[in-house]
Amino acid sequence: MSELIDQALAERVLARALANGGRFAEVFAERRRGQSMSIDESRIEAVQSGAEEGAGVRVVDGNTTYFAHVDGLEPAEIERAADEAAAALRAERREPRPLQAREVTPLAIERRPEDVPAARKAELLRELDERARGKGAEIAQVTAVYAEARRQVAVANSDGLFSGDDRTRTRIAVQTVAQRNGSVETGAETLGAHRGFELLEDDPGQIAEQAAAKSLTLLDAVPAPSGSMPVVVGGGFGGVLFHEMTGHGLEADHIQKGASVYIGKLGEQVAQPLLNAYDDGRLPNEWGSDAIDDEGQPTQKTQVIEDGRLISYLYDHLTGERDGVASTGNGRRETFRHLPIPRMTNTYIAPGESTPEGMIAEVERGFYAVSFGGGQVDPATGDFVFGVSEGYLIEGGKVTSPCRGATLIGNCLDALAAIDAVGDDFFMKTGICGKGGQKVPVGTGQGHVRVGAMTVGGTER
Amino acid sequence: MSNLSAVARRAAEATVDAGASDAEAYVSREGGRTVRVHAGEVESLTAATQTGVGVRAWHGHRVGYAYGTDLSEAGVREIAARASEAAAAADEDEFAAPPRPAEFEALPGLGDPSIAEWDTARVVDLALTVERTALESDPRLVGVEVAVYADADEQVAIASSAGVAGSYEASTSYAYLSALAEGEGARETGLGFGLARGPRGLDPKAIGAEGAERALSMIGAAKPASRSCPVVLDETVAASFAGLIGGGLSAKAVQRGRSPFAGRLGDELASAAFALHDDGRDPDGPESAPFDAEGVPRRRTALIEGGRLRSYLFDTYTANREGTTSTGSASRQGYRSLPSVSTSNLIVAPGSLSLEQLLAEAGEGVYVTDVAGLHSGVNPVTGVFSVGASGRMIRDGALAEPVREFTIAGELVGMLSAVSATGSEPRWVPFGGSVSTPPLLVAEMAISGS
Repeated sequence: MSELIDQALAERVLARALANGGRFAEVFAERRRGQSMSIDESRIEAVQSGAEEGAGVRVVDGNTTYFAHVDGLEPAEIERAADEAAAALRAERREPRPLQAREVTPLAIERRPEDVPAARKAELLRELDERARGKGAEIAQVTAVYAEARRQVAVANSDGLFSGDDRTRTRIAVQTVAQRNGSVETGAETLGAHRGFELLEDDPGQIAEQAAAKSLTLLDAVPAPSGSMPVVVGGGFGGVLFHEMTGHGLEADHIQKGASVYIGKLGEQVAQPLLNAYDDGRLPNEWGSDAIDDEGQPTQKTQVIEDGRLISYLYDHLTGERDGVASTGNGRRETFRHLPIPRMTNTYIAPGESTPEGMIAEVERGFYAVSFGGGQVDPATGDFVFGVSEGYLIEGGKVTSPCRGATLIGNCLDALAAIDAVGDDFFMKTGICGKGGQKVPVGTGQGHVRVGAMTVGGTER
Repeated sequence: MSNLSAVARRAAEATVDAGASDAEAYVSREGGRTVRVHAGEVESLTAATQTGVGVRAWHGHRVGYAYGTDLSEAGVREIAARASEAAAAADEDEFAAPPRPAEFEALPGLGDPSIAEWDTARVVDLALTVERTALESDPRLVGVEVAVYADADEQVAIASSAGVAGSYEASTSYAYLSALAEGEGARETGLGFGLARGPRGLDPKAIGAEGAERALSMIGAAKPASRSCPVVLDETVAASFAGLIGGGLSAKAVQRGRSPFAGRLGDELASAAFALHDDGRDPDGPESAPFDAEGVPRRRTALIEGGRLRSYLFDTYTANREGTTSTGSASRQGYRSLPSVSTSNLIVAPGSLSLEQLLAEAGEGVYVTDVAGLHSGVNPVTGVFSVGASGRMIRDGALAEPVREFTIAGELVGMLSAVSATGSEPRWVPFGGSVSTPPLLVAEMAISGS
């Protein structure tokens, strides 16, 4: 971290930030490096690399945050940002506490992606392309993307915190288009982690075959049904359901602004006793994990639902301060150009006791949502919507026809309370979550989960 | 400005020096501020400057890209070297070639002096007025989650080894709020927004009133019964759909078989009521500029006229591939991104009916004022969609009770022939890109509720 901003400079910047008063000041410095490339029409293209650095300074006074950010790490520029952040304050100078450097062990990276030749990454993409096309002549299009990103961050604040982290994430994504007699379907799959190139050493080509298989399956799809019915949600990325319908509503900024359906529900039974859920920024090398959050707080495992009871919200520094509790290590920011806000890390429903086969067998007529394209929620009203990327009908306790064009829609509190089975087949998947114009990597996970009744919006009655 | 042009020239030269056969550099410098207010107080005040360069390098028919924030001479040389290296890792593509220089006409009026003239206190007051207007509108309006004012002033310069050279300056500002209403045991949200080139072009009271009105009108909303019926899309929803259609008209999506409009050029696929064009020089268009992201002049392109699909949108690469010329449709999200084909200002031609007349024409149906889940509920390759929606019932040709938690489903191309009338009052909407559209009446859509 001293590589980004040395202690003397950080202390100088914080002193200038509090020159006109303020309760809290912070400087966040960052160096970002990344490389990405894609394959399309079996041709390597869009090979690109980026290098950015900069710093953001914030001063908090009362309920107001003053924030300024600059590109580059020139000491004079960072000090100018501090002056700019302090410019609107009119109070007495405050002295920041002396900085105490904290030891942080970043997550281990075995094989630095930047040391891997570009040609090796291109070769990987060619393998993904070939493996997907190998699933048959009906695979008409394959695109795959490789991306690596490294964020070195340092943060110092007027409470004396001085910390840093070095994060490397690697991810591949494959999209396929299958075609038969004029009908066209798509399939997608991803693999990502807070890891280096070692992530891709154990048969990454599998995901290409999985994406291709999804698009081929959908060629036989019937239009999705409409109406309210039991819905069995698949493991892994199925956890995006919990992320959207509960996770966002537990972020303390929504709670404090009166914009969450979970206000006043702390300690209450919001789900059946079989449900336990966590946000855990410390899962080893998981996509949404970091050693510290973007305010320097060590990440932690926070249980949010215990036996169906809501027991915690998710806090960053300021929202924690307002509620008189400690940050839960959920203060995250996309880059130095953004202010930290409460965000999820890896959010998941803990494994339960049902088996996927068992919970499906109990459904006479329902819908099986294996995976989603994504989802969206309005935390204030609780209304959510999910696009199903792979779904099937359940008829007579059996999975039958694949369906196209299904959307799940509902209200958070109703759907959460309607979860009546949780599977034992737990795993995690990667996602990119957007909030307030900031995108951050998040993990979602669960085993299969059954929601007793939910609205499926399709084109069939 | 000349300073930015000099950086762009130097970066392009450095890339050729690093071994590229051709190079193009795009430099932007942006200064901006954002005010967020909550409960009558400033929640955050952000001052930002961003400067960076993105370099595209060609090695014959191989292309690579690099960007960075270090504009020092050594920094630019390093970025140039990375771009050249990136090109070496790409495969040959016979249609990849640097854009040729073309004359472009200046486009005055893209900057608004009120951004510089309005000090922080004045724009804070604007944001507070937005919030206050909503809060004072009705006792059931219980809060405003956030009210925001933001502006930015951007300077852009481009230079290439093929002789492309240009620069311009443009400003944008916007304000919005998310209002919270409460009634019948539930909370409702309402969005109000406005956009202009500077703060003087914004009407904070109208923005606050819109958010309040939208939230209040949803009180008591229930799930409608599933049905197939006429649907009126308000401007914000119509804009989102127009944006999806614009995406499908990108020649890149079409050439790569990932658009429902592939192979449909010249086909009669829309009703006569629906006409669409893209205009990168519209004086009121937020995305207007004299040239596109690779220095090709912006222009007007008719997309759907007389019910027929008239053209796709091309950048230099897709035009080379088709043997045609670019429509000036290369866009980028700042210096960090490679140029790619995208709409500029997408404009749905207004018709002759007022909103009341559209509703009367619909008779019995649904007025959709919000959609959710567009990024996951729409398949851009097939055009099949099913998205979450909320709005009001239309009964006897007039607005009736609010409805929520339902989906509208269909297919993009099919929807175009079902547009039976368009409203007479268009509005610029920042959803689906930058879109100007009136409300649209769609003769039939599938509604899925209870």
